[in-house]
Amino acid sequence: MKKPPLLLFSFVIIYLVFLYAPIMLLPIFAFNDSSIIAFPLSGFTVDWFVGLMGENTLHRALKNSLIIAITAAVISTCFGILTARAMARHNFLGKRPSFGLIMAPLFLPEIIIGVALLIVLIQLGISLNIWTVILGHILICTPFSVSILYSAFNNMDKSIEEASLDLGETRFGTFRRVIFPLVKPGVIASLLICFTISLDEFVIAFFLTGVEPTLPVYIWAQLRFPSKLPSIMALGFILLLLSLILLAIFEYYRRRSETLIGNQPS
Amino acid sequence: MTSEQNDNEQMVELRGIRKSFGDLEVVKGIDLNIAKGEFFSLLGPSGCGKTTLLRMIAGLETPDDGTIVISQQSMNGVDANKRPTNMVFQSYAIFPHLNVGENVAYGLIKQRLPKAEIRQRVDAMLKMVDLDGYYNRPSYALSGGQRQRVALARALILEPKVLLLDEPLSALDKKLREQMQDELRRIQRTLGITFILVTHDQEEALIMSDRIAVMFDGNIAQLGTPKEIYDKPLSKRVASFIGVMNFLKGKCVGETKTDIKVEVATLGQVSFSRDLVPEGVSLDHLNIGFRPEMFTVLYDKKEKAENTFMSEVKNVDYYGDMTYYTLALPNSDMDITVSMRNTSGRYVYGLGEAIRVGWRSSSLLILN
Ligand SMILES: Nc1ncnc2c1ncn2[C@@H]1O[C@H](COP(=O)(O)OP(=O)(O)OP(=O)(O)O)[C@@H](O)[C@H]1O
Ligand SMILES: [Mg+2]
Repeated sequence: MKKPPLLLFSFVIIYLVFLYAPIMLLPIFAFNDSSIIAFPLSGFTVDWFVGLMGENTLHRALKNSLIIAITAAVISTCFGILTARAMARHNFLGKRPSFGLIMAPLFLPEIIIGVALLIVLIQLGISLNIWTVILGHILICTPFSVSILYSAFNNMDKSIEEASLDLGETRFGTFRRVIFPLVKPGVIASLLICFTISLDEFVIAFFLTGVEPTLPVYIWAQLRFPSKLPSIMALGFILLLLSLILLAIFEYYRRRSETLIGNQPS
Repeated sequence: MTSEQNDNEQMVELRGIRKSFGDLEVVKGIDLNIAKGEFFSLLGPSGCGKTTLLRMIAGLETPDDGTIVISQQSMNGVDANKRPTNMVFQSYAIFPHLNVGENVAYGLIKQRLPKAEIRQRVDAMLKMVDLDGYYNRPSYALSGGQRQRVALARALILEPKVLLLDEPLSALDKKLREQMQDELRRIQRTLGITFILVTHDQEEALIMSDRIAVMFDGNIAQLGTPKEIYDKPLSKRVASFIGVMNFLKGKCVGETKTDIKVEVATLGQVSFSRDLVPEGVSLDHLNIGFRPEMFTVLYDKKEKAENTFMSEVKNVDYYGDMTYYTLALPNSDMDITVSMRNTSGRYVYGLGEAIRVGWRSSSLLILN
């Protein structure tokens, strides 16, 4: 094989060092037997991981995050299914503007969304809790869900649905027996990506969380204590692994969604 | 003909069916009766509204006006899933996530029949469409012809009163298409189900149908048996759509009580019965049609014919079983097409050769 030109080669190295090396530090210091984050390393330990088990506030934060992520993922995906279906199959007044509105949070800075929601909620006299965070997360997850599911619905041959009706099935039965199975990989992909986004999200959660912090908010709070840093490294490492696994599953289902629908004769 | 049939035998009755998409009127008031057990074809060029009409019968599209009656029951307000019709879609619309057996069983499963009965009926149906042993084959692993059969089996297994087929063979290659034409015909005769076939292939319609409706621009231009449509096209448009037709100009030059005498452009004067002249035709400007096979090449100088003319071969299309000659009309810059069957030992003329052609006055057609 041809040797890459020096310039390109150095660019790649610098790119990797600056963007990925910090992430590589997570596992290194998570297993380092010292409470100070610095080289040289002083020895191997799993104490930081063991220590995480005893942290009650961490467990509560994790539980909050999971509840929020699962709820936000399910609700956003339901919205995504309905929106994508409507966009792919129906024509109605104001279709484009409403599509734009639904996708807008994708391009709005999260801090703006967070602050705006906070102001409105406070004005309405609603106290901040898990549900307010879920609300914010639905807002930012739905656009992702819609864009994943839109292509699934749009690529589906319309005559497949008509064939089902023609063979005596009801509209609901057609959804259950034909449409849903065909978009199912897309639905799973949407659930996974929304879950991951919600689990990692900090800014909106920071503004809208009440006394019950989410995991990222908890981590941020812990950063004030230098002695906690290695535990955070350990926690970060776990989250990193989890995200990678979820991402891999997501990619698998996204591709399945494409092949399943792509198999139809044109 | 339909008008002579008992009303009870009508399977599908269309009365004043109209349909527009936006400003475009696609079906313009169609009245049609289709008899029980009939193999009926809707034939017409692309965009004439065949599919739209078929979809209205299936209940997938709602007419703007008119009534559809199937088996003595008005279909107004009856959804597609409640109609006694099933459809074979042009794209086949096989469910991609189900295998062959599950596709065919789809409608039966909805009817909540016992599993064993479903399996037995699916197997029997697969056998009928020549897909024996394909039950577990995934749907993506099927050829075009096999998909077509699955779509057919899936519709037929529900024992519809009317089977609707939207250009079911157009995606297949010629050999397979001809084979499926025979097979569809056989299945239709065996089951006695009313078939309504949409096609733009005139040959297919002629071969398969009991009756054909020729459609142009949302109207039925002519309705009749394949023989009627081919032998007695009512208009120039129908005539040129079905098979090959030569068009000549003509003019009436003399009349008796029973006959008229016509000057056929550059071929000479002939007399024929008044019965052959449709009503409302201007006798001064006659459109005359001639099928290529109505001319006979006279190979032998001594061979006689009612009328003859001499010409020169301008083009030869050799099909193996047939030869189509393009000939210059005498004293004219117009061409006509003449076909001859290549029986054994028969000479095939070459370009530029002189050729003598005979024809009979009674074989010409006066068209609207
Ligand atoms: N859903 C629709 N919306 C708007 N226009 C339509 C719709 N369906 C059909 N048309 C138009 O109606 C006309 C007739 O369509 P139709 O599909 O019935 O034609 P067809 O005779 O089946 O033609 P082909 O042989 O090409 O299938 C066409 O001009 C088509 O563009
Ligand atoms: Mg069509």
